[in-house]
Amino acid sequence: MREGQTGKVLQVGGNSMLRRRIFEMGIVKGTDLYIEKYAPLKDPMELIVKGYHISLRVEEAAQISVEKV
Amino acid sequence: MTQPSPITIALTGNPNSGKTTIFNNITGTRQKVGNWPGVTVAKKEGHVHKFGYDLKIVDLPGTYSLTPFSIEEIIARNYILDERPDVVIDIIDSSNLERSLYLATQLRELDCKVLFALNMEDVARTRGIKIDTSKLMALLDVPVVFTVGNKNEGIDILLKKAIEMATSDFEPPKRRRVKYSKDIEAAIATLQQSFQDKLSPSFPYNIRWTAIKLIEDDKIIKERICQKMPDHCQTILTETQLLRKNLSDRYDDDPEIIMTGERYGFISGIIKEVLTTSAEQRIDLSRNIDLILTNRFLGFPIFIFFIWAMFQLTFSLGAYPMDWIESGVSWIGALVASFLPDSLLKDLIVNGIIAGVGSVIIFLPNILILFFCIAIFEDTGYMARAAFLMDKIMHLIGLHGKSFIPMLMGFGCNVPAIMAARTLESEKDRILTILITPFMSCSARLPVYIVLAGAFFAGNAGTVIFSIYLIGIILSIITGRLFRSTLLKGADAPFVMELPPYRAPMLKSLLIHMWDRSKMFLKKMGGIILIGSVVVWILSAFPRNISYSVDYTAQIQALNTSYRNKINTAAATEKNQLLQEQDAALAKLLKAKKAEQAERSFMGRIGKFFEPIFAPLGINWRGSVALLTGFVAKEIVVSTMGILYAAGEEPDALQNALSASGMTPLAAFAMMVFVLLYVPCLATVEAIRREAGSVKWMIISIVYSTLLAWIVAFVVYQGGRLIGLN
Repeated sequence: MREGQTGKVLQVGGNSMLRRRIFEMGIVKGTDLYIEKYAPLKDPMELIVKGYHISLRVEEAAQISVEKV
Repeated sequence: MTQPSPITIALTGNPNSGKTTIFNNITGTRQKVGNWPGVTVAKKEGHVHKFGYDLKIVDLPGTYSLTPFSIEEIIARNYILDERPDVVIDIIDSSNLERSLYLATQLRELDCKVLFALNMEDVARTRGIKIDTSKLMALLDVPVVFTVGNKNEGIDILLKKAIEMATSDFEPPKRRRVKYSKDIEAAIATLQQSFQDKLSPSFPYNIRWTAIKLIEDDKIIKERICQKMPDHCQTILTETQLLRKNLSDRYDDDPEIIMTGERYGFISGIIKEVLTTSAEQRIDLSRNIDLILTNRFLGFPIFIFFIWAMFQLTFSLGAYPMDWIESGVSWIGALVASFLPDSLLKDLIVNGIIAGVGSVIIFLPNILILFFCIAIFEDTGYMARAAFLMDKIMHLIGLHGKSFIPMLMGFGCNVPAIMAARTLESEKDRILTILITPFMSCSARLPVYIVLAGAFFAGNAGTVIFSIYLIGIILSIITGRLFRSTLLKGADAPFVMELPPYRAPMLKSLLIHMWDRSKMFLKKMGGIILIGSVVVWILSAFPRNISYSVDYTAQIQALNTSYRNKINTAAATEKNQLLQEQDAALAKLLKAKKAEQAERSFMGRIGKFFEPIFAPLGINWRGSVALLTGFVAKEIVVSTMGILYAAGEEPDALQNALSASGMTPLAAFAMMVFVLLYVPCLATVEAIRREAGSVKWMIISIVYSTLLAWIVAFVVYQGGRLIGLN
């Protein structure tokens, strides 16, 4: 996904620790994710979820599948 | 009326929820900072007397949940479970209500007396967020108090409410907790049922909560159950396993994931009821700042500028008070020296204790300034951005973005650098950072390079010194990868990190942060350094009665007599010149005596003993003694070599003496490499022990760095000789 796009979370993959972490930060099914920006070196990335800013490594974010809104 | 035992109030909340601000406001400067047992996460406690009660306020680590993944979460949960505070206050960031309520629902499940503080309601309001408190209170069935931490509003009401709850027979209401879906609730009920029969009345935890945790496959709770009821442990665990498997089959996912989702479902129901967000577009200052500070092109230059500024402040501004302290220390030394009669005790006090402790206390200004700067980075929220910028690079070494700052600071001084590794949340990241930071060549090692490179690589000294720094960086990367794949194995901690909104720092909190950390430096470093200095002094000052190869006393006397005779007979014009000659000859003799004393001291003997080990590196016994004394502080390597090579006071004297000693440029380079890598100074070693939280890591660091130093220096020296460099 590119900067400035929004997606709705369908599913989160990855190992159970990462999944749970991501869930606990409020990225659950049906949540809207807004891609705020990528870091200058393209990794990690900054998302806006439920009104706050969170940073994830790209490989971690790749575990979240979304549908474009 | 005063109660005999104090009321314990624990503060919990998400990171950046303003928890620490509230804690500082309640306790002021009356706080005790220590570490939680066994880990280096800071434990803060404060005692206050308010409204007729003694209150003990405990600041639990900021967490997003009570799932025991990170140390912080385990600490926070264990504290609530085992210490049973009278009241738990959950501090909720009003502008982040939805996420904050996740921790809140977990606290509700825990069956403790909990009180919610809706903090920073003013910020929420400017963002167009309105919270219906009475509805929230009704829906969660928990008292809610509004607070504005940084303006100290609502704190008294909060405390009064907490005291009221603690002293009344208030029972945590059973209603209004998360209801899970039918199948999960059925599983919880089944487990609860099978508990009820077997349970001893002493089982300390809420039964429903224990059942929930078992279904979530919570390792710590499983262990606890086996401890508390060893007889039934196996039956319960097998039953749990079966229930978990059924649930996994039904939902095609782990139950804990489903349950997390359902908690958020419960929360979003509440949010819909209590939260109204006005449509008007809010002005998000923080986001605008980030447009610049983490900008694709400007982000790095600004970051580098901030780091540069921090360095400048720390080491340039710090240089002035350092000078004052240095003159202060030597003034005290001189004062003590003038009062005490010449004796062993005087030597011990002046050259051992005052000089040794003085050499460490001199870093205090650096440390104060550095920690002040770091506190600014942390309190404003910039630290998270720095990690955001650097994570890609640091991830290559197997580290977290936040490791960058400690490593960079290592170039100034390793001690504050290792202490700065505290900002890392994951223990593995922290230990790895601590272990590789000493390879960042600190400023105390520079004088050694300057002397050696100056003596042997006159024209290329700059390049040679730069290459030494580079070797340090390369080896730190290799070490990082090595340790990551061996001793500190395991998946990288997920880089799931909040980028909190920027906030103006409060001076009071900056000063408290700075002082907390610096105090630790003064207290603990003081003790070990004192002992270390005394030991090194003893090793180099004893034995006293050395039988010198030459009778120096007689020689000095003979010299004095011969000059006295010469001066008496000489013409008046030659007298001055003769006096000067006498002084020079005397100084030469005394220097030779001092060199021999150093050679024959215990330190010298140890150096000679180790000579065979250093010989393959091209380092002679003088070099080995110098390296050994460098354990106290790296600068001492230079002064020891000065004594052993009996160099004079004039500039370049040591360099000339070294060149004349038959040392080759290759050996000098090997020695520089060794100085770069071998065991860091005493203060750093102590910092490693404290910050890594165990002697084990300290020993690993000492052994690894010294072994690495020897191997690399060996390869440099012998390899260099093989290809004909010498």
